[in-house]
Amino acid sequence: LQKRSTGELEPFADVVSQYGRAVYGFLVAAVGSERAEDCWQETFCAALAAYPSVRNPQAVRSWLFTIAHRKAIDSHRDSAKDVPYAVVPERNTDEATDTDSDIWELVAGLSAKQRLAVCHRFIADLSYAEIAEVMHTTEQAARRNVFEGLRVLRRAKKQPA
Amino acid sequence: VSREITGADTARGELLRSQSVASYDGAEERLFQKLCDRATAEDLIDVAVARTDSPVGELMLAATPRGLVRVAYDLSSFDEVLRELSSSVSPRVLEAPKRLDAVRRQFDDYFHKRRSHFDLALDWQLTRGFYRSVLEATARIEYGHTASYREVASAAGSAKAVRAAGSALASNPLAIVVPCHRVLRTGGGLGGYAGGLDRKAYLLRLEAGE
Repeated sequence: LQKRSTGELEPFADVVSQYGRAVYGFLVAAVGSERAEDCWQETFCAALAAYPSVRNPQAVRSWLFTIAHRKAIDSHRDSAKDVPYAVVPERNTDEATDTDSDIWELVAGLSAKQRLAVCHRFIADLSYAEIAEVMHTTEQAARRNVFEGLRVLRRAKKQPA
Repeated sequence: VSREITGADTARGELLRSQSVASYDGAEERLFQKLCDRATAEDLIDVAVARTDSPVGELMLAATPRGLVRVAYDLSSFDEVLRELSSSVSPRVLEAPKRLDAVRRQFDDYFHKRRSHFDLALDWQLTRGFYRSVLEATARIEYGHTASYREVASAAGSAKAVRAAGSALASNPLAIVVPCHRVLRTGGGLGGYAGGLDRKAYLLRLEAGE
């Protein structure tokens, strides 16, 4: 029998319940609600398959978002010929304000890198160092992508105080 | 324009976050179900777990591809059991109730007195050495019968190791299926039970037809 070296890893069931929501939120913003569910399945299936090989149990979060990031990009690539990203999440229209719809139109206008970086920062709550790791880039480039993305979003109507 | 993240940016980020996760609650059950089905189809689950209700409280059942590996009472918390399975069997632990349907049916039948013998493949990997011998000897005690600690120690190959036999039974990873509740003190005293003496007494009464 092989000697196992993953004694510190949490059971995968806990990974799903702990990060399922954040990954879903990231994917809705990154690829749109239509494709988010499929991407979520892809992400967690790939994660489950590779899970025993995770070396650092402390880094499961950024490891998981690296997979989600890749799946989001794959999804964009697969659908490049049909619809560009333009899917606004479903929501109760009674509650939707002008600012709500504006922000999604603006998110749709971001470049893929900016959008993913902004989503990692504000939805997944990753640090710039983690974003750099997930996006295979430098921390400086990660900051720049978030900043450029934010600059576009700042064109949204002023938030009500 | 400042490169600093402002309060308004944070508010926008919060808006983005709350809207993008808004439909998660409605989708969660479906997502988990699909993941479980697909992971089963692709053979990605090393330890499938499910919960089942019983007259002795909720039970957690866990199976590997080899067979049933763990039956746990809801004593401390099932999270603890999951962690234990994760570190001792594999971290690829996922709730997969369908994979345990047959097992759950047998438990149901047992508690309704429609079944006196579990007909299940068992994965013994959580126990080894003398402990395993004791539990295998215990598995041979028939429904409605009992044995003494000394008898199971002896059947496991060491009549003198009565105390170790007691420890082996206390560590039984397969409660009920490996019927350690059928082991009593010489003279008929209940002895001990990891699940609590109330449960032991209940199972013995059930099997005695009382």
